[in-house]
Amino acid sequence: MTNETSTESRLNEMIEEPMTSAQENQAEPEITVVRPPGVIETKNMYVFYGDFMAVADVSLNFGKNEISALIGPSGCGKSTVLRSLNRMNDLVASARTEGEVHYHGENIYAEGVDPVEVRRTIGMVFQKPNPFPKSIFDNIAWGAKINGFRGNKSETEGLVQEALEGAALWDEVKDKLAESGYSLSGGQQQRLCIARAIATKPDVILMDEPCSALDPIATLRIEELMLELKENYSIIIVTHNMQQAARVSDRTAFFNVKLNDTGMRTGRLVEYSPTDQLFTSPTEKDTEDYITGRFG
Amino acid sequence: MSIEAPERPGRVEDLYPSEQEYIGHLGRRLRKAAVFRLFCLAMLSIAVLALATLLYTIINDSFGLVAIVNENDPEGIVAGLGHDPEEVGLENLEYDELVGLLEGTVSSGVGRRLERDQRFYEDRLVFESDATWAEICTSDAPPSGCTLGPRGQSDILALVFERVVVPDVIATYELIPSLFSPEVFEEEVAAAFEAGRFPDHTPDQAAIEWRSWFNPTFLTTPQNSTPEIAGIRTAIIGSAWLVVITLLFAVPVGVGAAIYLVEYAKPSRLNDFIQTNINNLAGVPSIIYGMLGLAIFVRVLEPFTSGAIFTDGVPPSDNGRTVIAAGLTLGLLTLPVVIISAQEALKSVPNSLRHAGLALGATRWQTVRSQILPVALPGILTGTILAVARAVGETAPLILVGAASFITTDPTGPFSKFTALPIQIFQWTSFPQQEFRHIAAAASLALLLLLLTLNAAAVILRNRYSRRAE
Repeated sequence: MTNETSTESRLNEMIEEPMTSAQENQAEPEITVVRPPGVIETKNMYVFYGDFMAVADVSLNFGKNEISALIGPSGCGKSTVLRSLNRMNDLVASARTEGEVHYHGENIYAEGVDPVEVRRTIGMVFQKPNPFPKSIFDNIAWGAKINGFRGNKSETEGLVQEALEGAALWDEVKDKLAESGYSLSGGQQQRLCIARAIATKPDVILMDEPCSALDPIATLRIEELMLELKENYSIIIVTHNMQQAARVSDRTAFFNVKLNDTGMRTGRLVEYSPTDQLFTSPTEKDTEDYITGRFG
Repeated sequence: MSIEAPERPGRVEDLYPSEQEYIGHLGRRLRKAAVFRLFCLAMLSIAVLALATLLYTIINDSFGLVAIVNENDPEGIVAGLGHDPEEVGLENLEYDELVGLLEGTVSSGVGRRLERDQRFYEDRLVFESDATWAEICTSDAPPSGCTLGPRGQSDILALVFERVVVPDVIATYELIPSLFSPEVFEEEVAAAFEAGRFPDHTPDQAAIEWRSWFNPTFLTTPQNSTPEIAGIRTAIIGSAWLVVITLLFAVPVGVGAAIYLVEYAKPSRLNDFIQTNINNLAGVPSIIYGMLGLAIFVRVLEPFTSGAIFTDGVPPSDNGRTVIAAGLTLGLLTLPVVIISAQEALKSVPNSLRHAGLALGATRWQTVRSQILPVALPGILTGTILAVARAVGETAPLILVGAASFITTDPTGPFSKFTALPIQIFQWTSFPQQEFRHIAAAASLALLLLLLTLNAAAVILRNRYSRRAE
């Protein structure tokens, strides 16, 4: 444990240093191997939108059956990092990812890896609930079916029930599975989206500010749900809400925007520590300023 | 980094109007607003007036009083066959009786010509001898009667009217004057008789009656050079074939292209170029498409459009001026509009649905097929049907690709010769006789109804699918 902390402070020292070019940083020794390899590990990841460098040199190790939170001010690239983890950034025509993202030791950006395959095991829940304009039942069954679920009618019903129970939504919707997903409230829709994601049997669930469109009660329910899901899944969540990160996450990564030499506003990882530590005794001044509300 | 505040022009308060100035200013503003509102209303009135005039012209010519003289009275003919004219009309007669009437009236030369156009019976000949028939059918240029099936009931009825009854509309009157001053028409007809304009008839033979030029017989009778008995069945069937072929071509090609452009294509200079060209093609005059159709479908692809490559023997048509050539031309004409409307419909589907599908590990195609297309479908359908409705009314390209101006046989397949409603209207309006003006108006009414049906179909489909999508 001590070893780990010291490595991280070394990491933080490195980030403090002014960075001149990507090459120079890539030449630095690997520094994230101290923790046991997690489900997802990014190694010196850079994301560009065209010529614009959105995030630079992110090396993170997301643990299995943990909730990892990504926090930071607007524009710091935390959502970009999240979307790079299941190659959803590929959908942005100008986006380009450099460096490596390892999932169970395999680089998902390696040649020959199809994003379709990546996204089945690394599911995603979006900021705004986005159920399909179909029945609640079909919302859940579709994802499993297109991925080759062969169940007959009753087996599919079982799958739907299991997914809805997993998302703590079953009791509320069991009598109206044929109704449109749009007929649910915002919080229920978001839980439907979580149920939809877990129906494809993923390993990791990425959540991009899943509660920002919800009221406090719905938010609380999703947070409780996340703590339950942690038993079976690894969760990585982007949140604007620091209390939320403090309440649910095991580890927290703080990102900040730094102006580089050319005036580009590039997001960088500042600190990645166990959540308790990050919120009580952050090693970086930027982190402290942010969590105490001095900026952001 | 602070933004410098602009220099203040003195005291800002002084720049506001006084209460009195404000009231005066407000009055001017409100007057301007009222004038603008009136202007828009006036423009709307002009538009409505133009549409009303159009409808008025068509309807005014489609109905009205006519003075008819029959060479042979239908009642007399029916009575002559031993039927009660009170109960039986010409249209109730058997096929054999109608052929008999024709056989008894027309000259053998005319009869032979009719038989060569299309025979009366499958198993026997009426006017021709078997020997001559065999001879002409084995000649180099056999007439259409050798290949076509026998005539139908409505066809023979039209022939009897044309050749036996020989109705002659000697004068016509439009709808509005017919309603308000019918006596003027009677006086005109009487005056015309007195002036000796109809030396073959006496005034008491002339029946003045109401005639709807747009009537069931008109819709179900083939074309004829006599306007009283001419109909638009051939043209309606031709137009229907065109709609089907245009849809079959434009929908898969247009929707496929739109899906590629919206869902797959990455922004690039080539794609911008393609997009710009599609937008420009939507504005190319239809006659240019006609020239294209003539050059490509009628001439270059003649073996295909005449159906020659599908048969070993006699091709269904001796050149490429067929339904399929015209349908493909209209399909090309419609294509840019279909692509654009399908693109708009696809773009209006929120990206969050695409992301939702893809994030579940679906492929692009699975996402498009199951999530995007169902939502975009109402919009695609509406745009497509409206585009096709537009194409159905096109005349210029059809003239160029060679729609037949006079044809009495229904198109039987994609490789048939054909005519279409707008061609028929165009042709009839170019004749000087009054009666042609009336049937042209009636055909216009039929075309308008066809377009209305298509538009209604678009609305119904849109409503049904958008309900299902919710």
